Amino acid sequence: MTSPNLAYPTATPSGAAAGGRARTGRNTELLLLLFGFVITVVLSAASEGALIDTIRLDSLVLPFLVLLLGLLAHVLVRIFAPYADPVLLPLAMLINGIGVVVIHRVDVPSETDDSFSKFATIGPFDGLGVQQVLWSGVAVVCFCIVLAVVRDHRTLSRYAYTLGLVGIVLVAIPALLPGRFSEVNNAKVWITIPGVASVQPGEFAKLALFVFFAYYLVRKREVLSLASKRVLGIEFPRPRDLGPVLVVWVLSVLILVVEKDLGSSLLYLGTFVVMLYIATERRSWLIIGAILFGFGAVVAYSLGTWLGPFRNFHDRVNFWLDPMSDPLGNTYQLSRSLISLGVGGLLGTGPGAGDPTSVPLPRSDFIVATIGEELGMFGLTALLLVYLLIVLRGVKAGTMARDPFGKLLAAGLAFSVALQVFVIVGGVTDLIPLTGLTTPFLSYGGSSLVANWILIAMLIRISNDSRAPGQVTGGGRGNPPPQLQSVATEVIKL
Amino acid sequence: MPEIVLVVARFGFLALLWIFVFAVVGVVRRDLWSSSRGNRLVAAPPRGTQPASVPPPPARPRATPGRPRLLVVTEGPLAGTQITLGDHPITMGRAENSTLVLSDDYASTRHARLVARNGDWFVEDLGSTNGTYLDRAKVSGPTPVPLGVPIRIGRTALELRP
Repeated sequence: MTSPNLAYPTATPSGAAAGGRARTGRNTELLLLLFGFVITVVLSAASEGALIDTIRLDSLVLPFLVLLLGLLAHVLVRIFAPYADPVLLPLAMLINGIGVVVIHRVDVPSETDDSFSKFATIGPFDGLGVQQVLWSGVAVVCFCIVLAVVRDHRTLSRYAYTLGLVGIVLVAIPALLPGRFSEVNNAKVWITIPGVASVQPGEFAKLALFVFFAYYLVRKREVLSLASKRVLGIEFPRPRDLGPVLVVWVLSVLILVVEKDLGSSLLYLGTFVVMLYIATERRSWLIIGAILFGFGAVVAYSLGTWLGPFRNFHDRVNFWLDPMSDPLGNTYQLSRSLISLGVGGLLGTGPGAGDPTSVPLPRSDFIVATIGEELGMFGLTALLLVYLLIVLRGVKAGTMARDPFGKLLAAGLAFSVALQVFVIVGGVTDLIPLTGLTTPFLSYGGSSLVANWILIAMLIRISNDSRAPGQVTGGGRGNPPPQLQSVATEVIKL
Repeated sequence: MPEIVLVVARFGFLALLWIFVFAVVGVVRRDLWSSSRGNRLVAAPPRGTQPASVPPPPARPRATPGRPRLLVVTEGPLAGTQITLGDHPITMGRAENSTLVLSDDYASTRHARLVARNGDWFVEDLGSTNGTYLDRAKVSGPTPVPLGVPIRIGRTALELRP
């Protein structure tokens, strides 16, 4: 990438007001990172104060480690994407930091536990909190690698078909493996090497598939948007152009049935449909997507009463409709989560003062309930706003991108974050049936963290490209492509 | 540990979290204003190997009066976009590698370009279908562009400004 160091118009209002900072935003990014660090420190100290009645310097350790990771990422962004959006990194880092602190806090046994007295001795390096920091480290290293290797997001489009194939294979592996290697908590989405490690390939498949979707839709959007029939004032595509959306629909139904993974299935279909809408500007795709999804859901639900593969989905819908029907058995998770959120109320019990271990899986699936209990609606809303800002900046990177592939990819990635947060938070709060998606950056788990940090790296790459001054499209290669230089100076007389 | 410390930490955290959100919104808002001026399209060429974060040289060589420094889009979907003129030619058209990418049905893929020669800017039509107009006159060869005279391409009008 040539250094895009140009005389930048100085007449813009913000350029004049904020001097050098407004141009690249890197110093803003650094300040926001430090601000996020302060927030996680206060959270950590408050939790510890409430739990063991004293605030030790130990409580600084985990937030500080997260800050170091943030600074590493920041330096890499300064080097490889100097014009990138300044808020994406601090926002993601803040959520990551809060996640680490909350996971560490959950490591402390609850008051009702026999080992209550133990928590005075829990140090910063005990439990899963520090494990999550390690995962964050791996994730940030992957973030840096992606940023350093992918200098121009358009190069990704060259590997679109390969990535699409990789995505499909990654999705399919857990389905084909025997349950022993792939099933955890009744969802067949893992690749487990017993005793060594386990990864959730779907988290990575999602990135590969979205790259493929973006590339495919850029190629086909003219066909998909031009040929259409008008019904009730809305342009509908020709039946034969429904192919791609039907293929993705079948894929997502297969994921639902074979892997019992409602969340991913919804994520793929939803993101594809929205990307289709963005590519073609046809609202009819949203309607078609909603109809397909609704049809699939209703059929799956009714088949679930007697057909094995749909059983899981059927049960989940029933638990959603009546979460208090069997609070000690089947709906234990959901009812506990709702009670936690209720206990939290508006302002929460305060960090460290709640009883998060009363909820099952308080570090992963139900971390939102844990946070809701201790920080209340007030805190949870702020957290959701942080997610919203990530999505907003992702979409903004898309609208500012100067190539259609970048536009679609950024918008699709950003929307997938929104959809994922909606699906998991909606599930935990009983707005929609509970699904097994991870909460991006927050949940305990390496696959999810790594995949989401790679996603942020891609958004930062795209936003850098669109915000860099003087970049003639052709992006990382700097100068206009040769064919422009060699265009004949003579006018072709007609 | 005094109760008050816990209360302060607890509510201080919530307050900080919200201040953070508003700080980010502030950054986003500032960004909105600067980007709506379209300053991301700057066509000056990369110059040497200055580090990217160096602030722009405050004393730009003072442009001689009447010498164009900006290309401003005055009409059309890109109205408001400004391009700082450098030494490199500026290409206009629907091709994505144009300096100014026109999404205009009346523009050709490679429609026209602006080239600097001895401080004067010339507009050239690159064999477009619908032609390029300097004010009302169709451009048929490299034509010098005076300041403030609109160049018309499809529904887009551009002019040079000092």
